[in-house]
Amino acid sequence: MQNVNNTLEQKARSLLPTQRIALLGGFALLMMVIFMTINLGSNLTYILWHRGSILLTMLVVGFAASVSTVLFQSVTHNRILTPSIMGFEALFILIQTLIIFFCPITTQFWLFSLIKFSLETVLLVGFSVVLYRWLFALVHFNINMVLMVGIILGTLFRSASALLQRLLDPNEFSVLQSRIFATFTRAAPELIIMSLVIIVIISIIIWRKRYQFDVLSLGRNQAINLGVNYSQAVTTTLLLVSILVAISTALVGPLTFLGLIVANIAYLITGSHQHRYILPIAFLLSVIALVGGQLILEYGLNMAGSLSVVLEFIGGILFIYLILKRL
Amino acid sequence: MITINQIIKHYDKTKVLDNVTTTIPQGGITSIIGANGAGKSTLLSIIGRLLPADAGQIHVANMDVATTDSDKLAKYISILRQENQFNNRLTVQELVGFGRYPYTKGRLTTEDQQKIAQSLAFLNLTELSHRYLDELSGGQRQRAYVAMVLCQDTDYLLLDEPLNNLDMKHAVIMMKLLRKAADELGKTIILVIHDINFASIYSDHILAMKKGQLCYQGKPVDIMQSAILEDIFDTPVTIKQIDSQLIALYY
Repeated sequence: MQNVNNTLEQKARSLLPTQRIALLGGFALLMMVIFMTINLGSNLTYILWHRGSILLTMLVVGFAASVSTVLFQSVTHNRILTPSIMGFEALFILIQTLIIFFCPITTQFWLFSLIKFSLETVLLVGFSVVLYRWLFALVHFNINMVLMVGIILGTLFRSASALLQRLLDPNEFSVLQSRIFATFTRAAPELIIMSLVIIVIISIIIWRKRYQFDVLSLGRNQAINLGVNYSQAVTTTLLLVSILVAISTALVGPLTFLGLIVANIAYLITGSHQHRYILPIAFLLSVIALVGGQLILEYGLNMAGSLSVVLEFIGGILFIYLILKRL
Repeated sequence: MITINQIIKHYDKTKVLDNVTTTIPQGGITSIIGANGAGKSTLLSIIGRLLPADAGQIHVANMDVATTDSDKLAKYISILRQENQFNNRLTVQELVGFGRYPYTKGRLTTEDQQKIAQSLAFLNLTELSHRYLDELSGGQRQRAYVAMVLCQDTDYLLLDEPLNNLDMKHAVIMMKLLRKAADELGKTIILVIHDINFASIYSDHILAMKKGQLCYQGKPVDIMQSAILEDIFDTPVTIKQIDSQLIALYY
């Protein structure tokens, strides 16, 4: 009898993963509606247009940060490393710096932001896949080694960028600077639309592989045992991850810890190990963090801070906690 | 049948497998024994395609493990390593369900559900099926891992030290279950095992390795001789016959 009571109690307490997604989805939607309709003022078209573009940017970035982190962690079989911590974004900024350094912005070519964006993305994706694929193979997927080398690489990229930036012409530097600090309010509409298209394509690919990611997260040996072509799967995943990081960094700049926060909360609250539940929950969490955070900053704190700073602060604490827990 | 042909493997510059050639017959339990660092686990991993060989070929049911699609091999051969660390919180049933991935790629059919239930029942895990792995004892967890590879329904099962961390009682339960899987389900089971007496009593064949080479092979009665075991392990061993079982004393 007590057994029956226990299971009934458990059932009452634990919602199904789909119900949890619905709850979070409702909450995220509410945030978005508030964000779009609060304090509308007189110039309705302008305000809605302006906020709409910020909201879309946040959706794209939220998707990129959460999905890239969850996939990266599944394929590397760990819960601390994220693409950002491993230096993906630092690499992207280095590439941007190099481009501005060697191809001055006055060149007509760079005014076409779409071409520039595509080129940068291709460069970043190519570099990062080759580099990190090689790195993982080199240390036989030893996570501590990967973490160490990744952090060192990230520092190397940042220092190289800093050196080049000092050598830049002040005008070019100001253009670059506006790109490498995270803000949600400056993305160009055509970039947002292009990012949305890429994200739809990537979502379809990921959805079709959702069960494969479950198997990959069991680790290399189990994945091979269950018939996954492991090396191909890792390369594909790193490819998807670096495209997502490229989009996110191109739109708003580096957001080192957002992915880490939402991925780890998602593992805790999803109530399932399956990616078909974890990925949507991580995405919804990042939407809530970004839109909710922006609302609190704008209306609660009168824009007294920057959203990315707050997210980095909380994420940094979580990162230290996760590292200490492992030691 | 598994044919192993002139397998060589180096880790950096150390040779861990030196020209290993043998065949493992179909059916029954084959135990691989040998001192630490003799290359037992490496050989098992190469058979299970977790590691590539530097030279040589291995065929399982006439398929070259190095070149055949991993996807196809997963229906013929399954391998369980010693260390199974999962980041995810999985229930026993979810873990065992992964064994069906080679067949239905994650969408569990009613047939899959039956296979899962059978594997759970075979390893006496039905009552624990909704428990999380981290809530189980070491012996129960080990049984859950074996249930998963059994659920993969392959003719060949490779198990790396399945008795590791098991106490007397649970080690015996595990070996009896493996014996049952070989006898009743017709599985070919290959074990890496440290306890020489478990190998003697429960296996049909023994492969003995020393310094990367296969030095002896045969039925337990052929291997359980003090001269041979002393050569394999470099330590004095006496053999006693107790109730028709050959027991090695090396304590």
